[in-house]
Order: sequence, then structure tokens, then C-alpha cells
Amino acid sequence: MSHPRVTGVGVTHFGEHSERTGRDLFAEAGLAALDDSGVDPDDVEALFYGNFMGELAEHQGHQAPLMAEAVGLDVPATRYEAACASSGAAVREAVTRLRSGEADVILVGGSERMTNIGTAGATDALSIAADDLYEIRAGMTFPGAYALMARAYFREFGGAREDLASVAVKNHDHALPNEYAQLRKEITVEDALEAPMVAEPLGLYDACPITDGASAVVLTSAEYAEEHGLDASVAITGTGQGGDNLALHDRHHLARSPAAEKAADEAYEDAGVGPDEVDVAEVHDCFTIAEVLAIESLGLYEPGEGIAAARDGETHATGETPVNLSGGLKAKGHPVGATGVAQIVSLTKVLTGDSPWSDDVGDARVGVAHNAGGTVASATVHVLEVQS
Amino acid sequence: MSDKARDGAFDDWLDAIEEGSGYYVECENGHGWLPPRRVCPDCGSRDLAETPLPEAGEVATFTEVSVATPQFSADTPYVTAIVDYGPVRVTGLLRGVDPDEVEVGTPVGIGVGERETTGDRAVVFRPR
Repeated sequence: MSHPRVTGVGVTHFGEHSERTGRDLFAEAGLAALDDSGVDPDDVEALFYGNFMGELAEHQGHQAPLMAEAVGLDVPATRYEAACASSGAAVREAVTRLRSGEADVILVGGSERMTNIGTAGATDALSIAADDLYEIRAGMTFPGAYALMARAYFREFGGAREDLASVAVKNHDHALPNEYAQLRKEITVEDALEAPMVAEPLGLYDACPITDGASAVVLTSAEYAEEHGLDASVAITGTGQGGDNLALHDRHHLARSPAAEKAADEAYEDAGVGPDEVDVAEVHDCFTIAEVLAIESLGLYEPGEGIAAARDGETHATGETPVNLSGGLKAKGHPVGATGVAQIVSLTKVLTGDSPWSDDVGDARVGVAHNAGGTVASATVHVLEVQS
Repeated sequence: MSDKARDGAFDDWLDAIEEGSGYYVECENGHGWLPPRRVCPDCGSRDLAETPLPEAGEVATFTEVSVATPQFSADTPYVTAIVDYGPVRVTGLLRGVDPDEVEVGTPVGIGVGERETTGDRAVVFRPR
């Protein structure tokens, strides 16, 4: 099979840009990706765009054509919404389209404006990814949902807040050299443990920040990249998606994320690689416990063993399988609809030697991206490989 | 119509809990769900029947929420719990107990209470 290539990447700074409109954020990322790719914009055939809460944050629906226009493209444009996995879903659809031969060049991206509605407003907007009748009306918040999972995990497998704090410390460390990251600040386990509680047992440093930002990648068919002499050594060789019941209480496991397990199995089989061949991973650490669930879903750790990975240094840049070299959602920031594509951007940089951590990860050739929506009722996994 | 429309099966379910006759829907293979359900997501059965909720469930997991949405701002801090009733689990507010004393496995009963912030109805568990 001919694998789609990542030919251009672009992101805005992730952070507090409360006065910047979504269209302005996406224009910056989209144009950066187009410029980076060397693709003639006239060759772009479609925009696949991820966004979650545009109606609530900007009173703006129907965003995809607006974003195509913002990057100067007159193409069919469609928005994908899968909560925090929105742009991961858009990547998957683009990969499928390119493989089918129905298109050769697709701009894929996402953006989210969040800080303009404040912490309470963003907490409210994020909560709608849960079941309104049976969860939100019972006081469920997004941090609250992951707190419920964290306690269930501790109960089933063991672990403590200190272990989760180690995830935050690691990802803050990884974000230090990332000029696009929101929280470039070193923290200690003690800092994390002493921070105010958000939803016990999760504190402020267990949670990703509220972020404005956008991301974009230009994906092309391998044939197009070759014909046009594009610098495109990274291919998306595997794609997978899993689903689950929306409400956490309706899941078979409160301490696991089966949708991500399904997505990972599918993506690995698609790529013909196994978890033991993964060199680096970008995973959906909206909360520290989410990184633990993610690395277990990806098969990098057995269920119940991921909790010790950060504490033992195994997922640090200097460890065996670095996870979230970008800083992850935790420190890089989490502009919801932009996150899935931002993971592809980060992995591509690592695999092409264009990351601040490239010297530490040597000749990484296989990367995996894990993007999760809600309490993982949606999940996408993509395998990226350097093509020789 | 000026009043907010009822959310059909959900408000009917809350009414039943308020009257002390809470239920869930169960398929022929024993999979339990909250209404409305026309098909079992687990096995595809369309043979679903309203079944009385057991008197008591057990706390499966819980959290004390300090940072809430605007609809719960005056309720903070509050405890949200998922309670296991065997074939079905339910999410609700846990009241009437010191959060430090709650444990996984604590037996609770189900009722309906008011949210302090908005006065809206909510599922409320209390220790039995």
C-alpha cells in the first residue's frame, strides 16, 4: 500500500491568546503548513478541520468553510467533531481519502479558542463532551470524570498521587525547549502535590491548561510527493479508531480505555508494526492519569504497569520510550480541536530530527499518536514511520 | 410554551426515583442501562424491560469536585460518585457523608435532591 506523506506542518504558539479569533489562529497554522510543504495551494483539494466548542466559545458554527477561506483556499471543507479527538478524526478521514486515490493533497488541521470564555466557561464547554442528562446533571466535570477514573485505577491496580505528579514533572520538563508550548516552567513532584485540588485526587498540576491555538498538516499521496520532489520522509502508515459508550458509568472498565485499545490494535495491524517497535509516542494526557491509560492502551505497558513509567524515567526523553516530547497536552497546552493534528506535527518534527529533543532520541523511526475524546468514548491512533 | 420541555424518559426516571420506585432497563441477557433504550448496546437485544433498582448500591468510584461548571458553582465542594447496582451503574451526587469518610464499596441508597446553585433536580445518593 502507498502511504500518505506528511509534507508540511504548522502550529501557532499554544497559550492564552484570548483576543485572537479562531479564524486568525487557524490562518497562521494553515499558511505555515502550506509554506512548509512546498505544495502549490492550487493543488489542495479539501480541508478536513477539527473543532469542538466553536459554538460556545465564539458563537460560530459551520467553521470549516470559514477556515478554508482564512487560508486562501476555495475547496470543499468539512468540520470533524469528536470532542478532544476532533482533529485526530480529521487526520484519519484524510488518510483514508488519500489511500483511496480520491485525492492527492488535503490540508488537515484544527483550532480552538477557549480562554476568552474564562475558566468557568471553558469548564462548562468541555463538560458537554459527557452525557448531559446522566453525567453533567450529576455534577460531572471533565476533571471530575478523570478523577473518577484515577480513583478506580488506584483501587484496581495501585498507584498514588506521587506517581501522577511524576507524569506532570516529566511533561513540564519536555516542554521547556518547546517554543510553541504554553507552560515552559520546571516543576517538582512537591509542587504538583501541594497545588490546589480540582477534583480529588487530581490537583491543578494534574490537569492540562486551557489553551488557544491551532495546528495544520499538509498530507499528500506518496505519488504526489514523489512527482513534485517534495521533502516528505514521514508517512502515516497506520490508522485506527475506536468508540465506546459515552457515559463513563456505562463502560466495562472504569480504569481502562477500551476505545483506545481498539484504535491501537487497528493502527498497528494496519501499519504492520507492534508496540515493541515504537520509538516515541505523543499521547492524550489531558490529565496525568490519562497518559497512564494511554500508554497502556497503546500496548507500551500492560494494564496496571503504566503508572510507574514516568516515575521510573522510562517515558522521559532520556528513557527507553519517550512519551510526549512536546510537553503533551499537560504542558504544551490543549486547544481541543487542534490537539490531534498538533500531535502529528510534534511526531513529524521528532522523526525528521527537527525537535529540540532530537539529539536525545537518536534515530527514532516509528512514532505513534494517541488522541482521545471525552472520557475516551472516541479515540484515534496513528502510526508514523520514516520512509527510507 | 414558556417552560422548559421535559426530557422525556430522563424526567420520568427521576420522578420514579423521587417516588421511591427507581428502575433501570434490562435486556434478556441481563445487561442493564438507564432509559431511554430501544436496543442493548452490548448484545443488540431489543427485548428490554423496566426492572426495579436494587435498594442499595455500592460506591464504585467518587471524587470531591472543587472546580465546577457555573451550574454547580455554589454546590462546591461536592462529591460525585458512580454507584454500582449490579447490572447497571448510576452517576450522582453523594451527600450526607464526610468526603474523607467515603470509601469505594460504601453502601448507598438513591434519591432525588436539588442542586444548590440552580435548584434543578439531581440524582443524590446517601449512605444507608
